[in-house]
Amino acid sequence: MTEDNNRATIAVFSGDMDKVFAALSIATGCAAAGMETTLFFTFWGLNVLRKDKPVKAKSLLGKMMSVMNRGGIQRLNPSRFSFGGIGRVLFSKMMRDKGVASLEELLQTAVDLDVHLVACKTSLDVLEITRDDLIPEVEDIVGVATFVRDAARSKIQLFI
Amino acid sequence: MEIKADMVQNSIGQLCPMPIAYMAKSMRKLSVGQVLEVQADDEGAHADIPAWCEQTGNEFLGEVAADGYVRYFVKKTAE
Repeated sequence: MTEDNNRATIAVFSGDMDKVFAALSIATGCAAAGMETTLFFTFWGLNVLRKDKPVKAKSLLGKMMSVMNRGGIQRLNPSRFSFGGIGRVLFSKMMRDKGVASLEELLQTAVDLDVHLVACKTSLDVLEITRDDLIPEVEDIVGVATFVRDAARSKIQLFI
Repeated sequence: MEIKADMVQNSIGQLCPMPIAYMAKSMRKLSVGQVLEVQADDEGAHADIPAWCEQTGNEFLGEVAADGYVRYFVKKTAE
């Protein structure tokens, strides 16, 4: 059924809750419309794919980063009105009160609809994140050539 | 208009993109020729369900207003 170019490829650079919400909503919509959909997570976006525990970094800067940049999809802060973490709680409450799906729910829905989750190798290395720090739903660890191949075959390419 | 549905999906209270996500899942369970009824109260569904049909090649049969929600009927015409 999938024509070769009936694809959507989305680079998720941001780890902001609101932007990730947009990325996951669009990905879910693409997959629901029968498109072969890939989310390519890089830099701060990798926090979406991280387990809810600090990474075991080796270098001093890596250790500092692992303390300051805690991962896990439930820890993402909004791009505005973050208020040092309170914004996340307020936004989550506002979303829940209105019946909007949580980020966790959206990610699970995307996976259920066969959205592919891949992580960028270079940014994993920079942030000293290993495969073991990522959730098992991550299909592969890839580089830019994989992104280019998929994006070139896609009707929808986005960078969020 | 009274259409007989082979499956009913309750999406009342859900907001975008969940009604469409569940709709894609529901449609996978149906055979070509069968009809899905989606019950939704999200205003966006009014535009989104026909748009989804257009994009996927399925047939939008129409909508009927009910008490506080809308019943949307979609016929599976594509695999």
